[in-house]
Amino acid sequence: MARTKKPLLTKSLIYIILSIYAVTIFYPIFLMLITSLKENKEIFTNPYGLPHVFTLDGYIKLLKISNYGIYFRNSIIVTVTSIFFILVISSLASFVIAKYRFFGKRFIYFYFIAGLIVPIKLGTIGILQTMIKLHLFDNITSLIIIYIAMGIPFGVFILTDFIRLIPEELSNSARIDGCSEPRIFYKIIVPLLQPALAAVAIVNFIPIWNDFWFPLILIRSDSMKTVPLATALLYGQYETNFGLIFAVLSMASLPVIIFYLILSRQFIKGLTAGAFKGE
Amino acid sequence: MVGDRKKLMSSINKKKIRYFIPLFLASGIIIYTIFMVVPILNSMFLSFYTGEGMSTPTEFVGFRNYIRLFTQFPFKDRFINAFWNNVKFFLIVTLIQNVVGFFMAVLISRKFWGNKIFRRISFLPVTLSVLVVGFLFSLMLNPVWGIFDKILEFLRLGFLIRPWLGSTTTALPVIAIVISWQWMGEAILFYMAGIDGIDEEVLEAAKIDGAGPLAEIRYILFPSLLPVIGIVTILIFIGDFTQFDIIYAMATTRGNPTYSTDLFGSLFYRVTFQSAERGGWGMGMGAAVATIMFLIVFIGVIFWLYIFRMKGLKDKEGA
Repeated sequence: MARTKKPLLTKSLIYIILSIYAVTIFYPIFLMLITSLKENKEIFTNPYGLPHVFTLDGYIKLLKISNYGIYFRNSIIVTVTSIFFILVISSLASFVIAKYRFFGKRFIYFYFIAGLIVPIKLGTIGILQTMIKLHLFDNITSLIIIYIAMGIPFGVFILTDFIRLIPEELSNSARIDGCSEPRIFYKIIVPLLQPALAAVAIVNFIPIWNDFWFPLILIRSDSMKTVPLATALLYGQYETNFGLIFAVLSMASLPVIIFYLILSRQFIKGLTAGAFKGE
Repeated sequence: MVGDRKKLMSSINKKKIRYFIPLFLASGIIIYTIFMVVPILNSMFLSFYTGEGMSTPTEFVGFRNYIRLFTQFPFKDRFINAFWNNVKFFLIVTLIQNVVGFFMAVLISRKFWGNKIFRRISFLPVTLSVLVVGFLFSLMLNPVWGIFDKILEFLRLGFLIRPWLGSTTTALPVIAIVISWQWMGEAILFYMAGIDGIDEEVLEAAKIDGAGPLAEIRYILFPSLLPVIGIVTILIFIGDFTQFDIIYAMATTRGNPTYSTDLFGSLFYRVTFQSAERGGWGMGMGAAVATIMFLIVFIGVIFWLYIFRMKGLKDKEGA
């Protein structure tokens, strides 16, 4: 109430500061997108404004010189599959940790949670050797497995807390009706778990989609590249062709930007819930 | 009625063997153990062996890799250099993100039209890949094409222009600022969550007692947000001591110019996964570097958790 009586000066100062901040956030992204739509010549004659002539040349060239469709498909397969398994595996584990008493339960919980503070990157040598042994080197399956392992600690952390909050009466009435424990999980817990599952999926989406480190170490052939790896290699190869380079950067960013614009509320909710996440 | 139910429950719980408990836990434990826990332990184990390329360990050498790392040229020089660069990088990012993030969150949390929009805008760069951000800012800092120098000229600050990424004094701070730009949204997000958690009545009471905005920040917001400072700093700490992508994108894996931006992440990559001509030291040495990084991150985090007493915050946030 009292806040609405704030002097006009303070309020306009807040707007000015925040607007400057908004410009510094937006302009680089805006610059990347508009430059990707300019002709090569105009990128130098009119570098910072809106294009006079819109062109998709950069994108067309990108699709011509590379197998971008394949990189894109690989990224989608890797991201969707690993998030799916993160959700399944962590909700199974969280269910029994949250709802049952058994020997070693606390230890198992902390064993999982410890993964939140240990960056998986530091196990890269061991991962590489394991993948070579399993004949998964240079195969996107290796990426999927790593991202699942990487996502489990956070999944268990969020889902265990959430399942604990689901009242036991719901499960009990199902038990009286003769429902088995695994069925209780499937019929009662999973439907109620939707918002938490969404949070876990969204929080994992960004680091998995954007991961560059593991593809760089584990992927060699063109047909197995993901978008970030392709972005780095194309950038290195065509560094002087600005039209193409900006198309490469925009192509890598547009999916996440669009995804974020549609789901920004859920993003912010999910990430706030995961304040403890270490990545 | 309640008693009946209790009896029923205990009879159900007792007679059934809960075969599903290990079953439900198995997939998680197996994948997490084989692909996360064991590889990290394996790296520690390998640090006691020699090893060229990615072959199996050849010879047990005890602490020799560590001794070389801490005492011999060029290992020691590169390692110490990366360590100090990383400390500097971490301090710059921590300072910027905590100070700017805190004040931005305080501003955004005021009640005014559009505050939700600012909250969402600030988070947009976090969704981009670090790699893309690195490339994009390299282009913007490019002395020929880059807009940054043009802005300085426009503001009549042209005398400040220098080869931002080409000079050993500016490259590291500039890269730290770029990373701060990208991850600021995360700091703001956490501070906002902290501010939302403060009891409205406390703020109202302060207002009635005549506390101005500065007093409010100093006596209410700042003390209640101390645990959030801890969380933001831990996240920056873990991220920065393993940061690789931004260095790759803006300074190559050598940490150009002349290793002045070489961090642990780029050092680890170069010495472990690149050939000897390109700065590789072999797998054993790489494993030693990874182990030291692990110890720094692990001890650092435990230390922070101890200082900030995570429990208090976790209770407040309620997840």
